[in-house]
Amino acid sequence: MTLLRLEPRGEASRAMVYLTPLIAVALTLVSGFLLFWAMGFDPVKALHAFFIEPVSSVRGVGELAVKATPLVLCAIGLAIGFRANVWNIGAEGQLTLGAIVGGGIALAFYGEGGWWLLPLMIVGGMVGGALWAAIPAFLRIRFNASEILTSLMLNYVAMHLLNYLMHGPYRDPEGFAFPESRLFEADAVMPLLVAGTRVHLGSLFALLAVAGGWFLMARTFIGFQIKVIGLTPTAAGYAGFKQTRIIWLTLLLSGALAGLAGLGEVAGPIGQLNPTISPGYGYTAIIVAFLGRLHPVGILLAGFLMALSFIGGEAAQIALGLPKAITGVFQGMLLFFLLATDVLIRYRLRFGAKTAPKTIAGRAAA
Amino acid sequence: MDSVPLSTTRASTPPHRLELCGITKRFPGCLANDAVDLVLKPGEIHALLGENGAGKSTLVKIIYGVLHADAGTLLWQGQETTIPDPAGARRLGIGMVFQHFSLFDTLTVAENISLGLDNPGPMDALSQRIAEVSERYGLSLDPRRHVHHLSVGERQRVEIVRCLLQDPRLLIMDEPTSVLTPQEATRLFETLRVLAAEGCTILYISHKLEEIRALCDTATVLRGGRVVGSCDPRKETARSLAEMMIGTELSTPERLPHGVAGAPKLQVRHLSTTSDNPFATNLKDVSFEVRAGEILGIAGVAGNGQAELMAALSGEELLPEPAAVTIEGRPVGHLGPRERRQLGLAFVPEERLGRGAVPELSLSENALLSAYAREPLVRSGLVHFGRARSYAERIIGAFNVVTHGHRAEARSLSGGNLQKFIIGREILQRPRLLVVGQPTWGVDAGAAAAIHRALIALAQDGAAVLVISQDLDELFVLSNRIAVLFHGRLSDSRPTHQTSVEEIGLLMGGLFNHPPDEDEE
Repeated sequence: MTLLRLEPRGEASRAMVYLTPLIAVALTLVSGFLLFWAMGFDPVKALHAFFIEPVSSVRGVGELAVKATPLVLCAIGLAIGFRANVWNIGAEGQLTLGAIVGGGIALAFYGEGGWWLLPLMIVGGMVGGALWAAIPAFLRIRFNASEILTSLMLNYVAMHLLNYLMHGPYRDPEGFAFPESRLFEADAVMPLLVAGTRVHLGSLFALLAVAGGWFLMARTFIGFQIKVIGLTPTAAGYAGFKQTRIIWLTLLLSGALAGLAGLGEVAGPIGQLNPTISPGYGYTAIIVAFLGRLHPVGILLAGFLMALSFIGGEAAQIALGLPKAITGVFQGMLLFFLLATDVLIRYRLRFGAKTAPKTIAGRAAA
Repeated sequence: MDSVPLSTTRASTPPHRLELCGITKRFPGCLANDAVDLVLKPGEIHALLGENGAGKSTLVKIIYGVLHADAGTLLWQGQETTIPDPAGARRLGIGMVFQHFSLFDTLTVAENISLGLDNPGPMDALSQRIAEVSERYGLSLDPRRHVHHLSVGERQRVEIVRCLLQDPRLLIMDEPTSVLTPQEATRLFETLRVLAAEGCTILYISHKLEEIRALCDTATVLRGGRVVGSCDPRKETARSLAEMMIGTELSTPERLPHGVAGAPKLQVRHLSTTSDNPFATNLKDVSFEVRAGEILGIAGVAGNGQAELMAALSGEELLPEPAAVTIEGRPVGHLGPRERRQLGLAFVPEERLGRGAVPELSLSENALLSAYAREPLVRSGLVHFGRARSYAERIIGAFNVVTHGHRAEARSLSGGNLQKFIIGREILQRPRLLVVGQPTWGVDAGAAAAIHRALIALAQDGAAVLVISQDLDELFVLSNRIAVLFHGRLSDSRPTHQTSVEEIGLLMGGLFNHPPDEDEE
């Protein structure tokens, strides 16, 4: 006798599309509660330290926005690609290249900057990310190579390229051989938006990306083509939509947004180039994109939630003396529960064993 | 007539092969079978008739154990039985040949059959038995051949032999002739008659009414999940059967007058294709033209190059030689679907859901799918959703598409209604040239008649219409001229009133007047 059964729904439940992320968050909290309890912590206090304390000050909320900015920028671009079945897993590398190219511009013009330097860096960052994403796009179109593998592998190439630059050409000549660049001069730094916090111009770009992403998908013919290609490629072929164009477009767009995110980090909170510019924003953005249901507004909310997991993870390390892995544990649980509860969109849960529908039998006998 | 009440026969006469009482099956949102009663006697060929969505396949799946009834009883040889799964059905002696075959192309006939048996035994003995059974029922089949070398008719024989090896007492055939030439169908009927004479019961599902009249002893008609009647099809006309199926009077389309063709709209010259796909059929030197005001029909068994011809005409497959296809004299072989549409081509593909329409998108979005090229639905890169909506509503109104509005997802429509929507979407663009693949395949009789009328009206308005179909009855109703596609070659076309089903059937089997040279690859 089974106690729980899944029963197919007639059609996909719209309510569940929006509810399952909330259910996943709730299940993550319950599991976190049990996890902390099993480890011998006071679970209420621990969850408080993880989720509430970090955001109970203006500064804390500002930090949340700072962390959410690169996640949302990357996730908006990724989600548009995912809608077209273009699986860019390489936002981390594209983010890194954005930092390398944009930051490189800051270093190249060190001491001779002007008002034009930051705009140039922004363009450079976006071009750098887009060019890095152009590699998997070219390989996919020319050789039909899976962009999942190529974009993922390029993440490691980007990481090593950054390491090489930090130990060589980009290294601060007065930095006592530490693998760090010079601190960027004032013309090369993102202006702050809110006094008393580190919230910078990049957050505004992230909001613009949310609005732009929504407009692209909901209103433009390109967005319609992206949807059709993602849902039914053969119908797109019938309609005459060019798949190669959409692959180029979505990869270049997501690369540019990830590059902008990377530039925003080095020209924003970090203020220089160093070997650890991202704690995995490009990977976490994949979770953000799915948690946000590939919808720009959902991504904005999901970005804040995942930012909280980064900040809470740091707070938990300090307050509870937990290892760094706690951040990954919570992010992993969230993604796991999200994917698991997705089944509720097409199925409903039934308690108890299957019962024969007697009502119909009575009618049939008549 | 045969609709004897169940209770009177049960006591005295020998038990029926299968008796269904009050079978009811409900799916979320629809009652697929509503208290269905059905009696199958030993040795009879019993037709199950009904439009799409009438509940035929649900009923058959319940008999074969794929689905389970919500209510009702099933008596097998007079014993109340439940059939848990297809293996259970096979143990009882029920075999089924599905419309879509489940064969592995890279395995031999014997290997494929052994995979489908519950206890196949050693391969040598099995091959021996296959040879015996195919001999006995006139189903010539070599157990050692690989399936990818077989024609569609031969593949069906593999499925039938697989069933016969289990000594079935009831054989269910789901639309078996939809893939056969008329001659192959005739051979299949002979086999089925031999089987029936040996006492095997055959439940025969088809929408081809002439066939049912020729083959079956009894017919049960389903409509909306209920049994609405049964009859002896030999005493009915195809028209009366169709009317029983749809429940209203059938209006037949008026045929086009012969010999009114105008200027050529579509010309195909020496079109040959090469494909990387080993299972594709390459077109070989195909030439034809379609003129304004006429309907050209292209007949042929599936897999003889229809898909390749459709792709070459629609622009989904670009051609190295631009002049191989011309629209109103302009070479278009190098142009994609969008450009060809702008030149006046409209196109209805064979697969409705998944090519002609996106299942998850609404009808207004699906209206946009092809109409964007010829209707003012996109303005400077932005979709004009209001216009797409009113275009969808125009289609729904003009073609009587049964749906709850332009917001309905394409997959929520029945096959016939979706096809009316797609054909409407193409015709309302007022194309100068329409190419249609399988316009009424799997479509109910009412919708099929509406589609035929629309195609004829379009041709009468001066458009050129090309219909590629496997349904000869349809082509004879619609076309002014008919040509046949076989192994990638196209026969000369002949005027419909100067040819016969027999002649076209022979062409479909490859008997062109010129010898099929260098045909083997």
